Amino acid sequence: MHSTTQLIELGAIILGLGLLGAVAVRFSVSPIPLYLLAGLAFGSGGVLPLTTSEDFVSVGAEVGVILLLFTLGLEYTADELVTTMRTAAPVGLSDLVLNAVPGVATALLLHWGPVAAVALGGITYVTSSGITAKVMGDLGRLGNRETPSVLSVLVFEDLTMAAYLPILTTLLAGAGVLGGVVALLAAAVTMGLILFVALRHGEVVQRFVASPSREVLLLKVLGLTVLVAGLAQQLQVSAAVGAFLVGIALSGPLAHDARQLLSPLRDLFAAVFFVFFGLHTDPADLPPVAGVAAVLAVAGVATKLATGWVAARRAGVGPAGRLRAGTALVPRGEFSIVVAGLAVGAGTNPRLGPLAAAYVLILAVAGPLLARSADSLARAVAGPRGRRA
Amino acid sequence: MEIERTSLPGIGLQHVFTTARGRRVGIVSHHSGRRDLVVFDRDDPDTAATTIVLTSEEAGAVAELLGTARVVERLADLHRHVEGLVSRQVPITAGSPYDGRPLGDTRARTRTGASIVAVVRGGGVVASPRPDFVFEAGDIVLVVGTADGTAAVAALLATR
Repeated sequence: MHSTTQLIELGAIILGLGLLGAVAVRFSVSPIPLYLLAGLAFGSGGVLPLTTSEDFVSVGAEVGVILLLFTLGLEYTADELVTTMRTAAPVGLSDLVLNAVPGVATALLLHWGPVAAVALGGITYVTSSGITAKVMGDLGRLGNRETPSVLSVLVFEDLTMAAYLPILTTLLAGAGVLGGVVALLAAAVTMGLILFVALRHGEVVQRFVASPSREVLLLKVLGLTVLVAGLAQQLQVSAAVGAFLVGIALSGPLAHDARQLLSPLRDLFAAVFFVFFGLHTDPADLPPVAGVAAVLAVAGVATKLATGWVAARRAGVGPAGRLRAGTALVPRGEFSIVVAGLAVGAGTNPRLGPLAAAYVLILAVAGPLLARSADSLARAVAGPRGRRA
Repeated sequence: MEIERTSLPGIGLQHVFTTARGRRVGIVSHHSGRRDLVVFDRDDPDTAATTIVLTSEEAGAVAELLGTARVVERLADLHRHVEGLVSRQVPITAGSPYDGRPLGDTRARTRTGASIVAVVRGGGVVASPRPDFVFEAGDIVLVVGTADGTAAVAALLATR
């Protein structure tokens, strides 16, 4: 029977992800590369191709992206975003230029066309704030002096994504430069509106959503987020950005409750999203792009090290801290895959998906390892001259 | 003592200060209520040497320990410095005329010359309560003044 095999497949996928997650926890690494590998194994050309649960997985993947961005938005208040926007702009812009250029240049050199170049630029640009925040927490670095610089780079990147995703969506839809400008304007207006509402009339949203019942709160928040995301998609602003903005509009104790309620859902659907991306990547396509991915990964490490170095130096941090800041920014993960997912879904160059998968597989694993060894690296570089400078 | 305050977007707030003996100590306050007590490396002021993660409950207990000790210390100091000064702990019992009324209403300093310096409530300490502080049955009021003055406050607050 069709439906029974569907349940069996679904259960097997989720249980498999749970086991992979356990491995990730055991070795304190990010589970993202493992989920991607699982997707590769289940997908077309993989060892265990799935047949019946595609529908659920594809809808689940969309919800996963929405929840990823929504919970990210929850982390920030509108005030924080505005302040960071002002103070971190120089570092944020150099981060953007340094890290997007290798991706853009590679796509152009490979003759993939300008749209794929914009997508690949986004893939190499954006650090995985999830992995970075977790690594810094695990290594006990939240108190360090370089940490505020690292975090403001992350916030700036997230804000940039809010402007970038609508542009990418429009370009992918083939609307050309004019359409891109219109999309950017639409995104800017929507974003300005939501920031205005959040800053000035935050209590209205809070009052609408607030409820003493966890059940009601969960349904209201989830419903509002998916609804706004859907409307944003209709307006070509990208569903992810809509969800991000809803997250920003919620703040205070309500944001705390919403985070607690929705984090488990986010974990489930985000895992489904990574699997979904892996499903659509044929493992046989990986080896041909492995060389390019490796080169991009090396460039990506170098450019993030430079970004972290500059950001931390501006805050008056010593060389060891600058190196730590750089290594903390190296991991790429969920957002690179979100960008690649959009690009692949719209049918850009078929090699973009495998390239993004390989790139993220390398950097999601190498990034945390580099971050862990930053202090010994710094000592090795500084030599016996000591750690103060 | 100078305390630097830095916002950590997405995480919370960080407060850092340097002790008289030159150690840098920081407290990271997470939005979730978690607190990290951070002690920085002696040689490298950028690096956290030790990070102690406290749940909001533990952080509250630590704050109380530090705070309570401070009030008691200050009282002991007063005794040492001023001859004839007495501190007295006066309970507010149910039926006290000031149960449910603000501190200002007692006009304790005007009437007796003694001062109410702190109130212990439910294991916590309210140091230097303001005139609008409202007493509740079960509060322990710390009074400082002359022997006569403190006795007069005790009589004032006692059940009639």
